[in-house]
Amino acid sequence: MANQDVDTGRRRFLTVTTAVVGGAGAIMAAVPFISSWQPSARAELAGAPTTESIGKLEPGQRLTVTWRGQPVFIIRRTPQQLELLASPNDRLKDFDSANPEQQPEYAKNSYRSVKPEYLVLVGLCTHLGCVPLFKPEVQAEPFDADWKGGFYCPCHNSRFDLAGRVYQGVPAPTNLKVPPYRFVDDSTLIIGVDPQGAA
Amino acid sequence: MSSMINRTVENVTQWVDDRAPGLKGAYNKHIGQYYTPKNFNIWYYFGSLALLVLVNQIVTGIWLTMNYKPSAAEAFASVEYIMRDVPWGWLIRYMHSTGASLFFVVVYLHMFRGLIYGSSQKPRELVWVIGVAIFLVLMAEAFLGYVLPWGQMSYHGAQVIINLFGAVPFIGNELTEWIRGDYLVSDATLNRFFALHVIALPLVLLLLVVLHLGALHEVGSNNPDGVDIKKMKGPDGKPLDGIPFHPYYTVKDLFGAGVFLTIAAFIVFFAPTFGDLFLEYDNFVPANPMVTPDHIKPVWYFTPYYAMLRAVPDKLFGVIVMGGAVLILFLLPWLDRSSVRSIRYRGPLTKLLITIFVVAFISLAWLGLQPGSEMQTLMARIFTVYYFAFFLLMPLWSQWDSTRAVPERVTTHD
Repeated sequence: MANQDVDTGRRRFLTVTTAVVGGAGAIMAAVPFISSWQPSARAELAGAPTTESIGKLEPGQRLTVTWRGQPVFIIRRTPQQLELLASPNDRLKDFDSANPEQQPEYAKNSYRSVKPEYLVLVGLCTHLGCVPLFKPEVQAEPFDADWKGGFYCPCHNSRFDLAGRVYQGVPAPTNLKVPPYRFVDDSTLIIGVDPQGAA
Repeated sequence: MSSMINRTVENVTQWVDDRAPGLKGAYNKHIGQYYTPKNFNIWYYFGSLALLVLVNQIVTGIWLTMNYKPSAAEAFASVEYIMRDVPWGWLIRYMHSTGASLFFVVVYLHMFRGLIYGSSQKPRELVWVIGVAIFLVLMAEAFLGYVLPWGQMSYHGAQVIINLFGAVPFIGNELTEWIRGDYLVSDATLNRFFALHVIALPLVLLLLVVLHLGALHEVGSNNPDGVDIKKMKGPDGKPLDGIPFHPYYTVKDLFGAGVFLTIAAFIVFFAPTFGDLFLEYDNFVPANPMVTPDHIKPVWYFTPYYAMLRAVPDKLFGVIVMGGAVLILFLLPWLDRSSVRSIRYRGPLTKLLITIFVVAFISLAWLGLQPGSEMQTLMARIFTVYYFAFFLLMPLWSQWDSTRAVPERVTTHD
């Protein structure tokens, strides 16, 4: 045995094939461990749509509900507030809601809503997910002397108008997200599904 | 009687030595015959103190897991249970929470020592790089641990930090979902953070500490003069300015440990929250996903980097700046081009820039705790720019600066 010449080509071939097969096996074995971190079936089930009654919401009021464990703001805006939203404002970064990720197609309008009066928003700052504060009054605020009403995030001072549109020069990169939702009738809406025919 | 004990010890030692001859060698290499510069000063306590705190964290941590419940429904109450009903639970928990903060105190001072004495320079680059890796893992470990009590700050801190990963282009959303295991920070998140905090990262940390010490003992310790003690050896082949680690530095470090534990005990007994710094008021309120506390701030040891994140008005770039501020530390051995190691033999420019760096870093730590007015944001921006300029321009200023001749031997030799 010791006297025989070593077949280095054969040896290298065996080394490479062993390494490749072993490496592929290691990668395959990592898949279940990495995938195991995905949301479980139970978590996915908890993400089902939720039905909310909004009949008692007065103009100017906000209702906070839970959908997928996240706070969702439902706001009934006053005519004055709606007027402010429609007039162009160059302090807003994405006035026309151009980013398709942040709202369904049917909410891509000046009010970012299906019905102008009712705003439905995921109440999480698009910067790092804090819950923004609802500051509807048009008045000078410590964070903005010329405040027109909207949302203010206490974590990193991001500001949004009453349609959830982000201001220029704040850390939040995009407008607040509008979730998919549908009106069942005038006083009931379902959050988590698109309107019939709009999907 | 005593001769009998001696004989027994000798026999047992011999018995082990016959079967594992390498053990004695390892002991000599790392402790008994590890020649250490004789001019170590107060800065050299912090390495062994970090090890001491690590042991404290592991022991108190194991005891905490005996009563802690890693579920969203029970976590907060189980911590209160530990605090109120478990015998000595309050002490063990405060030792753990105080230990976490003191860990960073000690590690920051340890890193600063490396900076001013040029300990990262050749041939100790590997020691430094492994050390920065330890710092990185320690930050992750501390963050995961802070989530476990499931208070308001735990919850919303986790929310903020996990969403940092949402800044990654294209896969950001999926990535955050994967980390949380849910569409929001939830029970699944808490449970996996517990697993990582008590098993995964401590194992990594221990391995890195072994590598850190192993790498150090290959090249030998630096010293306040930055003198290479291996160059001047006595007739016995031992460094003239070196003394064996044991008993000289074991005794010195024991004294340091005594002082340190006295301070630590004072904090544990009289100021465990350390005025909102070590344990924040908002974290004594159970987590509520629907309400964000008015003022979100991380624990003090993260605030310098947090202030940098906040200073940048762009999400992705902010995350890059924050991460870059930590990762740039890895490059220190190659950024420092000075011909001498220790600040003692460097010129006034280096001393000035390092002093400003300290001011900038502490100011950033303070700013990270503040709500962030316009003035504060401006200050944070200035200091952030300085932080990066300090490192990125180091290849230039460390070379430009004048130096004094480094002596052949350490300044305090006989």
